[in-house]
This record gives sequence, structure tokens and C-alpha cells, in this order.
Amino acid sequence: MTTAALDLHAHDAGAHHTSMPVPSRKLAMWVFIASECMFFATLISTFVIYRDSHAKGPGPKDVFGVPLVTAGTAVLLFSSFFVVMALNGAQQGDRKKLLRWLSLTVLCGVFFVGMQVYEFTHFVTEKHLGYTTNLFASSFYTLTGFHGTHVAVGTLWLATLLKDAWKGRIPPAKALNLEIAALYWHFVDVVWIIIFPVVYLMSLGR
Amino acid sequence: MATSALEYGHATAAKRSVLVEWLTTVDHKKIGIMYGASAFIFFLIGGLEALVIRTQLMRPDNHLVTPDFYNQLFTMHGTTMIFLAVMPISAMFFNFFVPLLIGARDVAFPRLNAMSLWIFILGGLFLNFSFLLGAAPNGGWFGYAPLSSRMYAPGHNMDFWVIGLQILGVASLAAGVNFFTTILNMRARGMTLMRMPIFVWAVLVTQVLVLLSFPVITVALIYLMLDRTFGTSFFNLTANGDPMLWQHLFWVFGHPEVYILILPAFGIVSEILPVFARKPLFGYSAMVFSMAFIAFLGFGVWSHHMFATGMGPLADSFFSLATMLIAIPTGVKIFNWIGTLWGGSLQFKTPLYFALGFIAMFIMGGLSGVIHAVAPADLQQTDSYFVVAHFHYVLFGGSIFSLTAGAYYWWPKMFGKLLDEGLGKAHFWVMLAGFNLTFFPMHFVGLLGMPRRIYSYPAGLGFDTLNLLSTVGAFLLGSSFLIFSYNIIKTWRSGAQAPADPWNGATLEWSIPSPPQEWNFAVEPIVTEKDPLWGLKRAAGVKVLPEPPRVSGEGIHLPAPSWWPLIVSVGFLTFLVGIMVKHASAFPFGPISIAGFAITLYGIYKWAYEPVDGHAPTT
Ligand SMILES: [Cu+2]
Repeated sequence: MTTAALDLHAHDAGAHHTSMPVPSRKLAMWVFIASECMFFATLISTFVIYRDSHAKGPGPKDVFGVPLVTAGTAVLLFSSFFVVMALNGAQQGDRKKLLRWLSLTVLCGVFFVGMQVYEFTHFVTEKHLGYTTNLFASSFYTLTGFHGTHVAVGTLWLATLLKDAWKGRIPPAKALNLEIAALYWHFVDVVWIIIFPVVYLMSLGR
Repeated sequence: MATSALEYGHATAAKRSVLVEWLTTVDHKKIGIMYGASAFIFFLIGGLEALVIRTQLMRPDNHLVTPDFYNQLFTMHGTTMIFLAVMPISAMFFNFFVPLLIGARDVAFPRLNAMSLWIFILGGLFLNFSFLLGAAPNGGWFGYAPLSSRMYAPGHNMDFWVIGLQILGVASLAAGVNFFTTILNMRARGMTLMRMPIFVWAVLVTQVLVLLSFPVITVALIYLMLDRTFGTSFFNLTANGDPMLWQHLFWVFGHPEVYILILPAFGIVSEILPVFARKPLFGYSAMVFSMAFIAFLGFGVWSHHMFATGMGPLADSFFSLATMLIAIPTGVKIFNWIGTLWGGSLQFKTPLYFALGFIAMFIMGGLSGVIHAVAPADLQQTDSYFVVAHFHYVLFGGSIFSLTAGAYYWWPKMFGKLLDEGLGKAHFWVMLAGFNLTFFPMHFVGLLGMPRRIYSYPAGLGFDTLNLLSTVGAFLLGSSFLIFSYNIIKTWRSGAQAPADPWNGATLEWSIPSPPQEWNFAVEPIVTEKDPLWGLKRAAGVKVLPEPPRVSGEGIHLPAPSWWPLIVSVGFLTFLVGIMVKHASAFPFGPISIAGFAITLYGIYKWAYEPVDGHAPTT
């Protein structure tokens, strides 16, 4: 599915007539995102059903620490802004601007994934919340793990585009390549904006 | 269209062997044919399973197969017919005809399309491979957890099911993205949404259902896989797992799935009836809106599969009413089909026979469906053969009749030969008789109390004669497909060459040669009305347009063939099979999974950087 959007060298914009005023690859990414909404909706609902299932082992209040996750949230939010700036650079043909903001975006992605790896390790080793300890743990790790995988895929994708940009392969005519990746990146960000309050804050405030 | 001389695609096309050509093709027509051929083989396998089931049930206290093998048979029969037969046969029509009907040269993402095909074929082979290990899935096509968890379903049987369905789901989702985009964005100039052929509308709505329902089953399957393989307890009751979770997730997908199976059938029949009644589809926009309404309601009725779980009067009433509501748009469609036939000059060709059979059989299935919507009545019928009768009337009487109608209707366009009319009509009558003989008695045997999924029954309960009738009917039904197969072989060897427009069609596919050339349309068509070909004929004052010439196609841009879709599919299959083989509770993935992941990732990168433009080979 992401392969469609990774189609870096598909037809040049404008070479083909499209019925809607949107390039096919961009439309496809929107469609994919709609489908992904159902994917995450199912994962989030399951977590909500199971967050109190921790008769055995620690529960949300025993493990969740707000500061680190808030930092991760902020980083992800900022990265959405960064990628917009990078896209702006690509569209203007400003290679320096593109490289600067795109590398910042990739850094944010790496930081977020790193934060999650640290968080998971911390929960498992110090809080003794294994993957199968209880249903709260399983549904939490599965939901945030799948989100983290999406961030990792996005980071890899943006890093690939960064390499392309470095070699000067993203002229304004090919800014669409970055625009589609940015669309995906915003979506992954929005999912986290839902996960952060629903999973962390609401579980703590109960 | 830019023409850069002697590009990769053109230069190497001549050297490619036939096998390589088909393995690397990105042509939607070849992909469609491969979908159809593989799905037809799976359909025959599923049919064979049904015949063994019917032989086992032929008389009371029969012991032809063991109870466990019987479980494998009905599980694989359902799984095969839904995911490996009806869906991919529909996909054959999507692939071959959506671009032709909207006047496009290919789908929006030809390589992604090839990937959908290969993932589907590999997933289907993987599921059926389980038979060779004597470990075919045995927990029903709905795989109810916790019955399908490792505690109650040890062995690899349900692993095959869990992994196989995830594989197939990815194929469907990729195709969903592709066809949704294709239909919205690749229409010929002038073809507004409300000028699209009704089949294209049906495909569009079907893709919306796929895109929104398949992620839900994917997550459910992932949970089940995690439970079985990594030791989680999503469906484990002793660890506080919710006993209803699987059922809800499964049917949130499962009910839209029945529309995924029937909407393409609606579309095909809605194309055929006007052509053979010689008048436009009655109530086109009502047909479009009723399909959209069915799809919308289809997401709000899933719990009618769960009345017996005791959800309480409020939920029961809501899901009862919502389900009954669906009868309204469905009724609109049936009246419009009848309205299309009314006063038409009917041409009694084989496709019309099957389309009429579809309407009659589907109405019967729809009526028993409304009976199920009444929760108290459903409590009597649930898990009985009455339900089996119902869904075979809508799935076989509905989907398969319509898909067969589509096969006879579009065969000349796909292969350039007309199927034999006499054999076609024989096929129809034997199929109609066999179908009703098989499934009509199941209504009675169900109301008498015979439960589904039992491998044997004692004599003297009044089941004996009715079951014998069903078995005779099943063999009659099976033989109708022997007639069809004979028709295919005979046509292949010596059929009449089909003209471009054998039926006086209304849509764009009949304006080009049969079979179409690789680029479909030598000149991209411009559309100014619904039923564009009828408009052209009216304007020219002729009944049949002159036979379109086969042209050289020099200078037409077509996507180049590619190995990467196949390679990515193999990598993806390897990744998931690795999870199944690993089987230990340690979390990290095993070496097979890692290899599969590496192949997938490598394939995606090569794919992304592969130049896509090639040339049409001159013929
Ligand atoms: Cu249903």
C-alpha cells in the first residue's frame, strides 16, 4: 500500500489527464489514509476496552510517565511543521531550505522512534510490564507499536527523499514526491494526537 | 504523449518469453485474465469440497469422512468461495473492464495492480497448501475466537487461516486504493460521475466497503495471530478477554463483506439487462443512490449476526430495524431491473438467461434475509440449515448467477470468441435446476431443526429425504460447470470469431476490437452522454458501427513490465509464513520473517526507482 505512494518516478505531473483536480498518487494517499483510519480506530477501541484489564501486573497509573511522552508529542507536532517548510522549499526550488527542514523532520522521526524504544524498554525492564503481562499491556503495546512502526516507515521514507534531495533529484516538478510523504507524515502525527490524550492522559485521569 | 524512441520496454519486448511476459505483466487485461483463471480453479476446488460435504450428508449416520476432516471441508469451502472465488472473479471483471468502461488505457497504478494479483494467488495457494499437510483450517470461515485460539485449535490449521486471510486482505486493500483512484481520476474526457456505466459505480462503492471494512478484520486477525503465536490473551476468557470482541470485529467486517460480494453482481446485471432489453437502464440515479445507501447501512447492521449472543432488547431492536431498512434500497434495485425489462424487446441470449435467473434467485434469498432480520425469528433459525439456504440463495443465486452472466456477456470481448449459445442455455437450465434442488430443501430441513456444521445426523428425524435431494442437486449443480468448462474448451478450439460489438452494446468497451489491443483505445474517447455507444449509433443512424481496425499503436505510452510486484509479493508471503513457522513465544521475529522483510523492503525500493514508461509493442 505504501508502495504506491513510494512510486517516486511515476508519470510527471501534467503529462496525463486526470478527471479530478488532484494527481492520482495524491488521491491514492488520501484513500489509503481513509482506510488507515479504520485500522487505528479498531486498535484504539480495543485499548479503551482493555485499559482496565490489569488484575495481574501494573496498570496505566503504575507505568505512564507524562513528561517523556509530552516531549515525544511535541517533537512529532513540530516535525509536521518542519515537513511543510521542506515542501515549501522543494516547490520553490530552494535546495538549501529543502535539505535543512527535511533533515530536521527526519531527526524528529528518529527521536520519536527512539523515545518509544526507550519507553518500551523502561516499561518492560523496570516496571515489569511485559507484552503478555495483562490485556492492558498487550493492547497498549500493540496500538503504540503499530503507530511507532508507521513513524518508522515514514522516517525511512523521508530519509530516502532526503537522499534524493541531496542528489538534486527533487526539482519543483517533483515536489509531489515529497508532498505525498508529507501527507502520510501528517496523518501519522494526527493519529498520535488522538493516542496521546486517549491512551495516556485519560488513563491517568481516571 | 511524449515519444522517446526505442525505450527499454519496446526494445526488450520481443525477447521476452511468454512465461516471463505473464509474470511481469502490468497490463490490466492480462492481470484480469489471470485473476479469472486462478479464481475459477479455486472455485472448482471449493465446489469439490462442497460435493464431498454433500456426499457425507447424503444419508444418516454416514462415515465417509472423519469429523475433523469434515470441519476442514466446510471451513475451506466457505473461505475459498468467498475470498478465492467470488471476490477474485469479481476482480477479474474490475480489472478487465473498469478501464475499458471508463475509456482509460490502464488502471492508475499498473504495478500495484500486478502486486494485488500475485499476493492473491500466493495467498490462495498458501491456504490450499494446508491440505497437503493434512492441516487445513477447521474453525469455520468466521474463525470465532476463542474457539480458534491455540487452546481449542492446536496445530497449524487455524494458523493457515489467520495468515492466509491477512495475505488476501492486503491484496484487496491495494486493489481498493487502486480502483478507487482509477475510477475517480482516469475517466475519459466528458465522463462525469453520473455518466459512468452503472457497473463502474458498483465497483466504486465496493472499493469503499473494502477500504473501510478490511482494516477491521486485519486488526482482528493480528490479535488472533498474536494470541496464537506470541502468547497474548486478546480472546482468552480466563485472562479477562472479552468473549464478544472477536464477533464484533469480525462482523463489522463480515457484513460489509456480503455487499462486497453482491454489489459487483448488481452492477453486472444492471449492464446486461439494458443491452438485452434494448432500452436504457430504468432509474439510473436511483440505482446509484440505492447502492450508496446499501453500503452506508451495511456498516450499521453487523450485530444481526449475533442475536443469539444475548445483546439485550435495545441492541436487538436497533440492529433488527437497521437490517430491515436495507430491504428498501434493495427493493428499489429490483423494481428498477423489472422496470428496465418492462416493454423492452427482449433478446433471449445466454447472458439474459443468467441475469433473469439472478433476479429470481436473489429475490428469494432477500426474502429469507428479511425473515432473519426479525430477532425472535432469527433465534429459531440461527445456526440451522435455514441460514445455509438463505446465504446460498444470495451468494450463489445472486453473485454466481450474475458473475456467470457476466462471463457469457464479456467473453467475446475478453477472448475474441463467442461462447456457444446452445451449451450456454443448457448450462443455465442445469444450473438453475441443480441450484434449487440443492438449496430449496435446506429451508425445510433447517426449520425442522437440522443444525449447520454437523458432520452426521441420526435417521428418523425427518432429515433423510431432504438431504438426499440436496445431494442429488449438488451433483447436478456441479455438472452444470462441466458443461461450462466444455463450452470454454469448444469455444477455444473452434468458436465463432466475435465482432467488436456482438450484442449491440451501449458502453465503450464495444467500440474497440475483440479482444482489445494492448493500449485499449487507439484514440482516447470523449464522452458526451450516458450509454455513449448507443448515442454514436443513433447519431450515425446505424444499428452496428463499422468494425474498428486493429492499429499499430506506434508512439502510445504504456507502463513497462516489472518483476518487482511479484518479488514484493513473495517477500510479503515469506514474512508472514515466518511468523507462523516460528511458533515460539519469544518475541523477536525468526530468520524466515527477517528474510521476507528484507526481500519486501528491497523490492519496494527497486520498484520505487524503476522507470515506468515503456512503449506499446507493434503487432
Ligand atoms: Cu449481515
